[in-house]
Amino acid sequence: MIRVELVKLLRGRRTWLYIALLCALPTLVAVLLASTGIAPPPGRGGPQAFLSAVLSNGQIYPAAALAMVLPIFLPITVAVVAGDSIAGEANTGTLRYLLVRPVSRTRLLVAKLVAVAAFVLLAVAAVTVTGYLVGVAAFGTGQTALDQPGTVTSLSGVRLTQAELALRLAGTIGYISLSMVAVGAIALLLSTFTDSALAAALGALAVIVTSAVLTPLDAAAAIAPYLPTFRWLAWVDFFRDPIFWRDIRRGTLLQLGYVAVCFGAAWANFTTCDVTS
Amino acid sequence: MIRTSGLTKRYGRTTAVESVALEVREGDRYGLLGPNGSGKSTLLRMLLGLVYPTRGRIELMGSPVPRRVADALPHIGALVEGPAGYPQLSGRANLALLDAAGPGGPRRGRRARIEQALERVGLDGIDRRPLRAYSMGMRQRLGLAGALLRTPRLLVLDEPTNGLDPLGIQEIRELLAGLNAAGATILLSSHLLAEVEQLCTRVGVMDDGRLVLQDELAALRTPTGRVVVHSPDADAAAALLDGRVEARDGSRLVVRHAEPSALNAQLVAAGVRVDELSRERRTLEQVVLERTGAGNDRVSR
Repeated sequence: MIRVELVKLLRGRRTWLYIALLCALPTLVAVLLASTGIAPPPGRGGPQAFLSAVLSNGQIYPAAALAMVLPIFLPITVAVVAGDSIAGEANTGTLRYLLVRPVSRTRLLVAKLVAVAAFVLLAVAAVTVTGYLVGVAAFGTGQTALDQPGTVTSLSGVRLTQAELALRLAGTIGYISLSMVAVGAIALLLSTFTDSALAAALGALAVIVTSAVLTPLDAAAAIAPYLPTFRWLAWVDFFRDPIFWRDIRRGTLLQLGYVAVCFGAAWANFTTCDVTS
Repeated sequence: MIRTSGLTKRYGRTTAVESVALEVREGDRYGLLGPNGSGKSTLLRMLLGLVYPTRGRIELMGSPVPRRVADALPHIGALVEGPAGYPQLSGRANLALLDAAGPGGPRRGRRARIEQALERVGLDGIDRRPLRAYSMGMRQRLGLAGALLRTPRLLVLDEPTNGLDPLGIQEIRELLAGLNAAGATILLSSHLLAEVEQLCTRVGVMDDGRLVLQDELAALRTPTGRVVVHSPDADAAAALLDGRVEARDGSRLVVRHAEPSALNAQLVAAGVRVDELSRERRTLEQVVLERTGAGNDRVSR
């Protein structure tokens, strides 16, 4: 069943449209930066800092590209794809035919989660690769830096070799992907409650927006550490030297928790509900 | 094949199916009749494990449903409330995805299975058009092809001839009769009495969630003990048979009489000319209308 879901995902024209859109944004920003040479001033910390660094070395641009799509674009596409999982099948009526094949409800749900994870990995990898290619093409590989050619400056000011950079990028891809799979799990849960893929996707986005609004609020400080978006930016710590693991670890646990709880609830609902679509 | 007892489904306060004891035997061509909203679809969905019963028991090919429904489903072909597929894919691609999902058999024989199923339903000439460009009748045929992907021992078909033209209906009827002759049991639901009358050997009638009638079609249509006579000398006939005539409409008389041949002899002997004389049989329509009320789609004040 997992294979069938992956075929459906990869053959869907929509999948590639979303990925193309995700890659278009960092490309547009790179063109603007390269043609004007105006980067945000350094020293602000956070993801903005990558944009200051890229002018001297394009190899850091994948991190900047990920930072661009992370807050809005990426969660939207993930929520739309995951919200479609069960609700979309219910809406086309194919759900009942899958279940009488028979495909067990548990297997179907697992296959859907795997397909969502595959989409997330595909999207994040595509943005990273596009970011690298566009970054190097627009800003070069830092060969002009006289002291240590080919290296990249970390956020802490220490120089990273290309191997170090690749490892840190891999960690970033993993962390962001996990955060997005958690968004997908929320949408998947809602998708088992409705026949409308749109309702499920918007519901998941409502959760993300609510979380993003509450996170900086002092009054919500008590619950903030448990909100899904609270540690979304912890991956920035991969680009400090040494890597600051504490938030990354906590964020990973938090997102794993969301995946487990939402998938468990989705399973509990889906395996006991009447399929009347 | 299928046996239910006390099968009940409630959605909140409304009762969709109430204490149904359905019995479909091996080899049956069972027609489930009933007006719209009488609970036919909910009943079929419960049989297939899509909807969970509120109360009651289901035994499907020896397996209790919904607990062990997965044991029976691989031997069942189903059409549930209209065909469905992925609109952007072609008919063949849709069948291929369906075949790949669940225990469909080895991948190697997939193309052959799909071609065979398409041929059976008269779609073997379809091109690569996406499903969304299909006519209603083509979709219905494709849905049937999906149900026939693996040679099923039981076919559960909800309104199988929906959207087909008269010729298509006849084709599907012959297809189903052929499959039944080859050993498949058929349970189909319909609100078209003629369809059931022509195809089925056994009939169940649902009304307001209850199975109000379940019997052999032949038993339902036994003669009523009356004879219908058409005669140009209707007045003379009525005078002769005085007391036995139950109804008269112009030249048509309904006579209480067990022996049509004796009645004919009596009329002819008395010089009464006879155009037509036959045993009265109730039509399935009369049987059903006697037992059911109006469907749920009529909203009267």
